[in-house]
Amino acid sequence: MAEDEDGGRGGAGCGDGAGDGDGGADAPPPFSDRVLENVLENVLQFLSSPRDRNAASLVCRSWYRAEAQTRRELFIGNCYAVSPRRATERFRRIRAVVLKGKPRFADFNLVPNNWGAHFHPWVSAMAAAYPWLEKLCLKRISVADSDLFLLAHSFPNFKELSLICCEGFGTAGLAAIAEKCRHLRVLDLIEDYVEDEEDETMDWISRFPETTTSLESLGFDCVGSAVNFEALEALVARSPALWRLRVNHHVSVEQLRRLMARAPQLTHLGTGSFGSAAAAAPLLQGGGSSVVDLAWTFAASKSLVCLSGFRDVEPHYLPAIYPVCDNLTSLNFSFAEIAAEELKPVIRRCHNLQNFLVLDTVGDEGLQAVAATCKDLRELKVFPLDAREDSEGSVSDVGLIAISEGCRKLRSILYFCQQMTNSAVITMSQNCQDLMVFRLCIMGLHRPDHRTGEPMDEGFGAIVRNCKKLRRLAVSGLLTDKAFAYIGEYGKLVRTLSVAFAGNSDLGLRYVLEGCNKLQKLEIRDSPFGDSALLSGLHHYYNMRFVWMSSCKLSSRGCKEVAQMLPRLVVEVIRDRDEDHDNEAVSKLYMYRSLAGSRNDAPSFVEIL
Amino acid sequence: MEEDFRKGEGRPQLLDLIPNERDWMVKDVGGGGKCFGVSEEKKLELRLGLPGGEDWPAVKEKREEHSIQSALSLGHYSKVSKTICTNPSPVGAKRGFLDTVESKTEVFQQQQPGFLQLQAKGKELSQKTNGRAEQQSLEKKACGSPAAHGSAAAPCGDGAGANNSSQTRTAPTPVVGWPPIRSFRRNLASISKPSLESQNGGPETAVKFENGRKGLFVKINMDGIPIGRKVDLKAYDSYEKLSLAVGELFQGLLAAQRDPLTAGTQKNAEQKQAITGLLDGSGEYTLVYEDDEGDRMLVGDVPWDMFVSTAKRLRVLKSSELSASSLGAVSRKRTAT
Repeated sequence: MAEDEDGGRGGAGCGDGAGDGDGGADAPPPFSDRVLENVLENVLQFLSSPRDRNAASLVCRSWYRAEAQTRRELFIGNCYAVSPRRATERFRRIRAVVLKGKPRFADFNLVPNNWGAHFHPWVSAMAAAYPWLEKLCLKRISVADSDLFLLAHSFPNFKELSLICCEGFGTAGLAAIAEKCRHLRVLDLIEDYVEDEEDETMDWISRFPETTTSLESLGFDCVGSAVNFEALEALVARSPALWRLRVNHHVSVEQLRRLMARAPQLTHLGTGSFGSAAAAAPLLQGGGSSVVDLAWTFAASKSLVCLSGFRDVEPHYLPAIYPVCDNLTSLNFSFAEIAAEELKPVIRRCHNLQNFLVLDTVGDEGLQAVAATCKDLRELKVFPLDAREDSEGSVSDVGLIAISEGCRKLRSILYFCQQMTNSAVITMSQNCQDLMVFRLCIMGLHRPDHRTGEPMDEGFGAIVRNCKKLRRLAVSGLLTDKAFAYIGEYGKLVRTLSVAFAGNSDLGLRYVLEGCNKLQKLEIRDSPFGDSALLSGLHHYYNMRFVWMSSCKLSSRGCKEVAQMLPRLVVEVIRDRDEDHDNEAVSKLYMYRSLAGSRNDAPSFVEIL
Repeated sequence: MEEDFRKGEGRPQLLDLIPNERDWMVKDVGGGGKCFGVSEEKKLELRLGLPGGEDWPAVKEKREEHSIQSALSLGHYSKVSKTICTNPSPVGAKRGFLDTVESKTEVFQQQQPGFLQLQAKGKELSQKTNGRAEQQSLEKKACGSPAAHGSAAAPCGDGAGANNSSQTRTAPTPVVGWPPIRSFRRNLASISKPSLESQNGGPETAVKFENGRKGLFVKINMDGIPIGRKVDLKAYDSYEKLSLAVGELFQGLLAAQRDPLTAGTQKNAEQKQAITGLLDGSGEYTLVYEDDEGDRMLVGDVPWDMFVSTAKRLRVLKSSELSASSLGAVSRKRTAT
């Protein structure tokens, strides 16, 4: 089979070419072919999409070689699907790498520490193979300070570093990057765990070059420790190209004003606390900024289109952003505990908003206000303030219906609530035909439709049936196998499916595996799917990036059978610390296709079948 | 509204979950229509269980932390049976009753029986008289996996069972990683600084907060006000000052809620009712806190320094809602370290 590694949205395409395995070590082609290859290379360099490139590389050996020589961006959706050596041997001229590691459920503490996805083998291989590397984007990778040191010293032309949901490094690593990467344009830290040992926090901001920098984007809103503000201000002042700045919650609104004054050209701003330093230490700070002063500052930042932060927002400061509201396309209030009354005057002015993230403290009423104004909304995320399964819910089906009626262009929604009705979900499926991502998290476990008492089958069924562009789906609430029958029947484009506490029997999973032929990422927890369901997907697992199943009804026997039937699938059984190793039941299964075979860095609690 | 009963499958049975084992022990319990039983071979019988109404007042105070009511519902597999009520309706003689939700769901035969959904649900609604903020619906569910605790199993059936259920403070066993929120978002509802912590790989998300030089911010909520605030305990050195500050903090919010039109005009301070008597029970509200063991305590009982070091969050309750038995203070919790 033509193995398209990490297929789907784009893979490294390290699958075998039309000829033999590696395609890199055979004799040089005859002269005429070499000419052809040169021509081909000139043509292929215009191909950018990984999927196109993967396809091109499969045409014949010559195309395979030409493509390998001209590929500039390497996308690796699962760091264990291919070995660093193999990737660097095939692609010799890479300038940008995207590397993803842990399964997404690691974000929710379902994957024990030290499971893997270490950056070290990759950075070592790349340091040797790609001296001209410019860009690196890592997601859910375990990155150590030493890795960042190596990175900083190995790539003289390094320009862009994005770390998303990574962990294992601290300010020492950041200091190395700041100091050594003289051409750095982008340093984006997004939802990472940046941890230092006690009292070892380094002043990494001061390490940037003293001269004018080429910084375009600097984001450190997830860094827990305060940065040296004077150094930050000076850095911003000497970075004329800066258009995105996201500061952490230690930056007060007074300090924010100073930064904004230095960088009126900013288009994306993460506002830090948006609270006054005066509130925390009234005697030290004297009076804080007034709203009017702050508003003047915002008025001067005419280019702002994206606002985030608001970590400790003092609501009386919110009116200061009115001058920019009309230009905003993206607003992230997901850390701002504000009520509907505080949201309304802001959102009323945001006519051009396309992305909106908010806490459920605004309630249905707040969402109604959003629906009334933000006609162009594409993406909405409503997070819970109190994320427990038995907390009070502030948003409900009312809010969902309002959004569906007001925001017809909606493409992506993530909605946390305590309970929901089928009719609201059905309404959304009818109103928002452009939906590509529908993630509904009914926090109460097994919660049925609170009005009819029925399972939520019909609601999700309507989503897959009516939203023909749907690619990502997350289900919740009380669901029977019927819901999965719908998904399997209608969810033909679904690539990512997240299931929790749902289904009655093996049939549910079977419906999905047999029906959703574009499925690539499947993550299931606490659902009654067993071995026979697992085995019903054998025909499809090679087409997928990964399957995660935890707290289901799997046994070693079933998992071993899958491992035997599919030799290129790595089947990992992850056991919790106190679990008996001889236990027949499998509590966590993570399996993925791989050209690299069993990884050699698996910790003791991982058994590879 | 009535509950559906499956006919003629024998007596109602008490379900007793044993952690780390997949066999469910089945006990018999007398009393009508309360519980569920299961055995792997037999068909499963589903009933809605309601403790007797007389248990209501005893558990009333714990509405926030505990499930009041419990009933077990079973994901149940039988081709023949068509009816299952998955939503128990607690009947409280005194409390405003909540609408029962019934459902009939088709169920399928499952090859491996025993996948159990244990639902312990408690709902209270004071619908008409109290404000929206006072409505609380509690729902506690535990999956029928080894993670389920015995405490969740206790409720069901007779009054004694229901009594036992909700007394334990830690009754709802948090499900790991649910809801699916990253750790730094979880902190929003507890302590102020959304400081990120390392993934411990365990179910608890340990929260770091800054001691020493920086402020000790704890979250404070007030009954009737959905939005919480934060106070810096280190900014005060006595209970009186804290009480004053808390009073001021919520004055504005409370007034805004009562009369949205005048909210925001800070001028007429006199018009706002001062919130007093937080510490001695004389006022309309009383200040309580949660300590590091999860117990709820009256503010003022322990020496100030000890309070600062153990208080994890504060709450302003309506004094009328307070009942002595719900607080650890009455039981004279040991304060010796």
